[in-house]
Amino acid sequence: MSPTPYLVLASILFTIGGTGVLLRRNALVAFMSVELMLNACNLAFVAFARMHGDIDGQVAAFFVMVVAAAEVVVGLAIIVTIFRTRRSASVDDASLLKL
Amino acid sequence: MTLGEIGEQTVSTAGGVFSAAWLLIVFPLIGAAALLLGSRRLDRAYGVLGCMAPLASFVVAAALFVAMLGREPEQRAISVPLYDLFAVGDYQVGVGLLVDQLSIAFSLLITGVGSLIHVYSIGYMAHDENRQRFFGYLNLFVAAMLLLVLADDYLVLYVGWEGVGLASYLLIGFWQHKDSAAVAAKKAFVVNRVGDFGMSLAVMSMVVVFGTTAFAGVFPAAADASEGWLIAIGLLLLLGACGKSAQFPLQSWLLDAMEGPTPVSALIHAATMVTAGVYLVVRSAAIYAGAEPAQTAVVVVGTITALMGAIIGCAKDDIKKALAGSTMSQIGYMMLAAGLGPAGYAFAIFHLLTHGFFKAELFLGAGSVMHGMNDEVDMRRYGGLRTVMRTTYVTFAAGYLAIIGIPPFAGFFSKDSIIEAAFANNFVAGLGALVGAGITGFYMTRVMLMTFFGERRWAPDAHPHESPSVMTVPLWILAGLSLVGGAALLYVGGGIVQWLEPVTGEEHVELGIPVWAMTLVILAVVLVGVAVAWQIFGRQPLPVTAPAGSPVTVAARRDLYGDAVNEAVFMRPGQYLTRSLVYVDNRGVDGAVVGTASAVGQFSSRLRRWQTGFVRSYALSMLAGAAVVVIAMLLVRLP
Repeated sequence: MSPTPYLVLASILFTIGGTGVLLRRNALVAFMSVELMLNACNLAFVAFARMHGDIDGQVAAFFVMVVAAAEVVVGLAIIVTIFRTRRSASVDDASLLKL
Repeated sequence: MTLGEIGEQTVSTAGGVFSAAWLLIVFPLIGAAALLLGSRRLDRAYGVLGCMAPLASFVVAAALFVAMLGREPEQRAISVPLYDLFAVGDYQVGVGLLVDQLSIAFSLLITGVGSLIHVYSIGYMAHDENRQRFFGYLNLFVAAMLLLVLADDYLVLYVGWEGVGLASYLLIGFWQHKDSAAVAAKKAFVVNRVGDFGMSLAVMSMVVVFGTTAFAGVFPAAADASEGWLIAIGLLLLLGACGKSAQFPLQSWLLDAMEGPTPVSALIHAATMVTAGVYLVVRSAAIYAGAEPAQTAVVVVGTITALMGAIIGCAKDDIKKALAGSTMSQIGYMMLAAGLGPAGYAFAIFHLLTHGFFKAELFLGAGSVMHGMNDEVDMRRYGGLRTVMRTTYVTFAAGYLAIIGIPPFAGFFSKDSIIEAAFANNFVAGLGALVGAGITGFYMTRVMLMTFFGERRWAPDAHPHESPSVMTVPLWILAGLSLVGGAALLYVGGGIVQWLEPVTGEEHVELGIPVWAMTLVILAVVLVGVAVAWQIFGRQPLPVTAPAGSPVTVAARRDLYGDAVNEAVFMRPGQYLTRSLVYVDNRGVDGAVVGTASAVGQFSSRLRRWQTGFVRSYALSMLAGAAVVVIAMLLVRLP
């Protein structure tokens, strides 16, 4: 099989995700964009695994999912806490950590 | 037991009264400690306490002298080892005293004349509230000077040398509430430091060349040392002597030193301090014996100073400064004689002793006049004092006749000896000394006429009166010494030349013309000086304000521009140097450090801009970084 269509799709998804992270102010949307980028990577991993006929890429995809799940747990908790204290989920408002 | 040779005699260890020689130094040291560290209540007995120590030292010195008379001339040098100061490898310094003919002569002068000055000070300083401190300093001065002349090691001598410098600083600046006194004290100290620098280098050179600084080690070894080293050490010692003895070119401090109380001037000029340089040169005879050029330098310095001091003395209206100029001149004579080698050493010491008598007399007399005239020092405000201050007048006259060298007063014998020795050695030096004698006659007559003769030019509120007897008795004693001291020293018991011969050696040089003819010539020159002074200052009334005067007078009033030269040659370039060094330090060294710091600071504040706190810009930089990594990997892999 040819992996090209999958890789093109993965690239499009990754670009959409990256653009979302860079452009959207809402923390939840940025978070979802990050998830989109991770899943674009997963798609590439799985496509390559299928191309080579082994399971290394699929194992890597599982690891990414586990890490993403853990990240969601921690990240969402932080976002909710910030929202509670500041009544805002904009990432630009949380810019106090600077010199 | 013999400890080696100093001069031409062997040195034996102490025994009997000689083992108590250390008391000489310890008495005034205890006196100084008691007066300076003790309670203020001691002030009530300041006179007794202050005078006790030098008088006790004088008794010890006299006892040593008598004991020394009882020994054979070759057995009179006695070493009194006290303790070991330190030992570094082969270099050992033991503190010890060398009691010989030379040091006992100095000890008698220092303690004898010093005691008289102490007694006189009881009256002179009676109304000063710090008199306890004053006497403490005086005792310290005497102790340091005694250590200087009695030490048997150049390093120990150096301790006394510095002690004298310290005591003179404290005493010249005794009235430090006066700005001029504080400045004069500082000046004396700084100029003396220049001389001390030479002295310390000389001591260090001795360690290098001889491996020891003890007299007993240096003098025998000096005969075998290389001439270059001997000349160097001789010149360095001369530099030290110039500082302490106010010889050209380090003479400038002496005239300003008149800011101290008058007894201090008497002590500095007669018994201590300025005689130290002459002592040093005479004591170092063994070194100068092998260093002809250094000896010549001593003669040149002495002749120049003798003339300079005399010329300065001619123009000063301040009675103390006129006498200070005369001290410079007389010490110049001593240096001149000391530079002549064995032919002149004894005469240098002879003149030093007689000068100690009559100069103490003159200064104390001047102090007595000032005491009666509300501390007025301007001779143009004196005049006609001979009727109101008879004792001061008569005793001052004795000092006057002694210093100009009228027989049978003391100065006649000693100065004639020096001039004769100078002529026998070198015509130019002799001529300088002869002219100096004439100028001495001139300026001392001027002082005499302006102070005691002529019409009364007193300030309106002046009520001159004779000083109390505690001041006049020392004057009488010193006047007596000025009268008979010269003849007594020259003739009694073989005289001082024979007495000093084992230390200094002797060398008789024949004069081209008979001695009586020389004496007549000298007397004639002196009388010409006296007559000229009489013509100018004795025959017409003196103006109270000084006339403008000739260029020579103006130059002499300004100390022959000695201060101006020092200022132009040393002070101003020195200030420029320090200022430029400060500039380099501020701009160069500090600039480099501060510049580095501010560059780092500026760089980091630029770098800080990156920390915006906006998550999305961090994400962008991460993306850019990742892109750079990817591109780099592609570039590496592609070929």
